[in-house]
Amino acid sequence: MEKSSYEVKVGLAEMLKGGVIMDVTNVDQAKIAEDAGAVAVMALERIPADIRTYGGIARMSNPEIILKIKEAVSIPVMAKCRIGHFAEAQILEELGIDFIDESEVLTPADEENHIWKHDFKVPFVCGCRDLGEALRRIGEGAAMMRTKGEAGTGDIVEAVRHMRAVNRGIRCLQMMDKEELMAEAKRLGAPFSIVEIVAQKGKLPVPNFAAGGIATPADASLMMQLGAEAVFVGSGIFKSEDPAARAEAIVKAVTYYHDPAVLLEVSKGLKDAMIGKPAKELPDEEQLAKRGW
Amino acid sequence: MTQIGVLAIQGAFCKHLDILHSLHVKAIPVKYAKDLESLDGLIIPGGESTVITRQLGFRLSWEDIYHFAQEKAVFGTCAGLILMGKGCSDPRVRQLGLMNAIIERNAYGSQIESFTEDVTLSFDTYPFHAVFIRAPKILKIGKDVEIIASFQGEAVMIQQGHLLGAAFHPELTNDTRVHEYFMHHCVN
Repeated sequence: MEKSSYEVKVGLAEMLKGGVIMDVTNVDQAKIAEDAGAVAVMALERIPADIRTYGGIARMSNPEIILKIKEAVSIPVMAKCRIGHFAEAQILEELGIDFIDESEVLTPADEENHIWKHDFKVPFVCGCRDLGEALRRIGEGAAMMRTKGEAGTGDIVEAVRHMRAVNRGIRCLQMMDKEELMAEAKRLGAPFSIVEIVAQKGKLPVPNFAAGGIATPADASLMMQLGAEAVFVGSGIFKSEDPAARAEAIVKAVTYYHDPAVLLEVSKGLKDAMIGKPAKELPDEEQLAKRGW
Repeated sequence: MTQIGVLAIQGAFCKHLDILHSLHVKAIPVKYAKDLESLDGLIIPGGESTVITRQLGFRLSWEDIYHFAQEKAVFGTCAGLILMGKGCSDPRVRQLGLMNAIIERNAYGSQIESFTEDVTLSFDTYPFHAVFIRAPKILKIGKDVEIIASFQGEAVMIQQGHLLGAAFHPELTNDTRVHEYFMHHCVN
């Protein structure tokens, strides 16, 4: 019996496809998320919108909160650690979390290096803004990628930019001659062996999800139509006026993302979405997507 | 021409479609009741059984699948096996009760307990490299149920006539033998 092989790590990411991963901060929210059809929950002390409001240093959540959420639901539970903070990741692994998000939403612990994720038994998801960043994280052992988007804003524009950038990067690789791949790997700053695989297969070797700014069923459908294989919804659910109904609507919108009749049906009757803040208006130091490289 | 559907509500349905296509089998994703009409068999993939439970009854109902399964072949992997079985103690999951087998959800613990193992097949001498992800356990089977794959004395794949269920994920490997078995021994 072999545990924790890369195959098994990517395997769980495969099982989450076509689903919605929801940020929750307590047991009640976790149960609402599970009842609404969340495929997994992200256990947090504060959702990204509140992290922005409170300021200060955002760290790994209190393990007790994560444990309570883990006990309350039957679906996989994820938690975030700071970029480069492998000690936080070790604690989360010990706690028996199902997936770790090495996340730019928390204050980075290392501005040069990300965690060497191959050394862990638990799988990792990481954010990316373009293909080079995605392939660097996969090189370090990430078993799932997601767009960074701009978390906690309710503004979808950055997630769209990042998803398009990744897919454009993949299409470019597919058109290149073998001779050009090494130069492209250098330009991307990405491991050559993974560049070769992506050029051959025309897709990332791990599932590619959307995150950062999804607030409505239409946002979820947009990201799926752009090629996301599942979506993360952070502040969009519990910062809205009707979390349970909105959560359920977004779940249906992800399964039937290509069907405008369903999208119309689930979008009707929802109360107000989160108010949000245009990502463009954020000063540089408040742009979370710029954390990590 | 034989056509197989893969339930595409949530989970690893694309991987099943890829394997079927590699075997030159015509295969389509299934999200609506009408999708079942032209099919000779259905695969219910792995994913989260709570999510599939929650979403069945929207554009495709439990009854639609239940009726389909009375005469047509159905293969459930992981979450799909849970839905096909009966007697699951978790109220968050609804079951079709198609197979005479009691299935326990997520029986090995959290993701770090997920594993790969070479399992013994009843129909071939070479073992199958099986991937178990937060896998269910087959606790008890009826007399009409046959064990198709096992390891350490435990059943991990079972067959009841034209119905097949696996606790592992044959769609996550490049080995097509389990899908071929389904095509030859369950689908007419």
